[in-house]
Amino acid sequence: MVEGRPSTSVVWKWLADVPDPEIPAISLLDLGVIRDIQWRADTLEVTVTPTYSGCPATSLINFQIEAALSARGIQKLTLKRQIAPPWTTDWMSDAGCKKLEAYGIAPPRSTGSPKQCPRCKSNSLEEISEFGSTPCKAQWRCKDCLEPFDYFKCI
Amino acid sequence: MGDNTLVLGQRLSEWCGHGPAPEEDIALANIALDLIGQTRLWLDLAGNREGLGRDSDMLAYHRNPWDFKNLLLVEQPNRDFGVTMMRQFLFDTWHLETLRILSHHTDKDVRGIAQKSSKEVTYHRARSTNIVIALGDGTEKSQLRMQSALNRLYPYVGEMFMTDKDDLIDMAALRPRFDAHLSATLNKATLTKPESEFYHKGGKTGTQHSEHLSHILATMQSLPRSYPEAKW
Repeated sequence: MVEGRPSTSVVWKWLADVPDPEIPAISLLDLGVIRDIQWRADTLEVTVTPTYSGCPATSLINFQIEAALSARGIQKLTLKRQIAPPWTTDWMSDAGCKKLEAYGIAPPRSTGSPKQCPRCKSNSLEEISEFGSTPCKAQWRCKDCLEPFDYFKCI
Repeated sequence: MGDNTLVLGQRLSEWCGHGPAPEEDIALANIALDLIGQTRLWLDLAGNREGLGRDSDMLAYHRNPWDFKNLLLVEQPNRDFGVTMMRQFLFDTWHLETLRILSHHTDKDVRGIAQKSSKEVTYHRARSTNIVIALGDGTEKSQLRMQSALNRLYPYVGEMFMTDKDDLIDMAALRPRFDAHLSATLNKATLTKPESEFYHKGGKTGTQHSEHLSHILATMQSLPRSYPEAKW
């Protein structure tokens, strides 16, 4: 450690521990919103892509990144907002999708509908609304166990 | 683009806490949120290109009605849920076609915002289309209300396809795809398109907004204009 600054791969690992503010079961890395980490001279630059344009969690995500890195001793940090290419659920990690399902949220699928009820695993499902508790989720219901559940929309 | 999403986002937010069912209330608030998020992207870009140091907040809160370039359709009052959803359906159908074309624009910032927005608007249009069909092809009363909503709002459709000097693309060229989705949906919804193609104009040029715009801007702008230094 010549300059005492962590390598970017270490920073990636740190951010893997920062939970998503809306869905704390998954990390910011699982969500796929961290696009790049670079050192620019003595300043760490983290590139963040917002999920939905108006998502209020965006500023909270930035705040959590700042807090997590400052706790690790990073003093000079810039957060770069990048909207193109647009965020896609394809960037969510497989581990993240598994954690989502265990948490009770059906993970995104390219078919546009959930595979199974996250609780009883039934395939007999119906859509209630294209929008759920947050812009990124839709409301579905299981026709077997009759429980409503959130589905993380595929975009 | 930014004025359309701003005015409609503000209009939809008036429903917050008043939706006919919790799911509908939440959906309208989420759509409003998407639209306000898109507004920030468009108006920040506009301010940046203008080069006078104005950001999206300055453009949203400190312009007067005649400086707004939104379509007349989006400033129309919510009235009942049927009118709100018909307005949304007509707007979403136009919005998605516009964004699809802008997604290939030569300007990379325009392209980036359009690509991001079109993902969100795909969901908006799916939802408003489904609701127009469900309520049109619903009960006698809901059918009547949706037909009356269409009759009321159809005279605001023509303006969406006028091309003026500020447009980046040929708006008239979007009409065939708009009409195709409109006819298919109205058909399923058992609704009839009004015969007259007369339309009001003056919103997107800013020359003749309806009286409703001043009222909605007064509500939206009063706080930042009264307390310019106010911070959330």
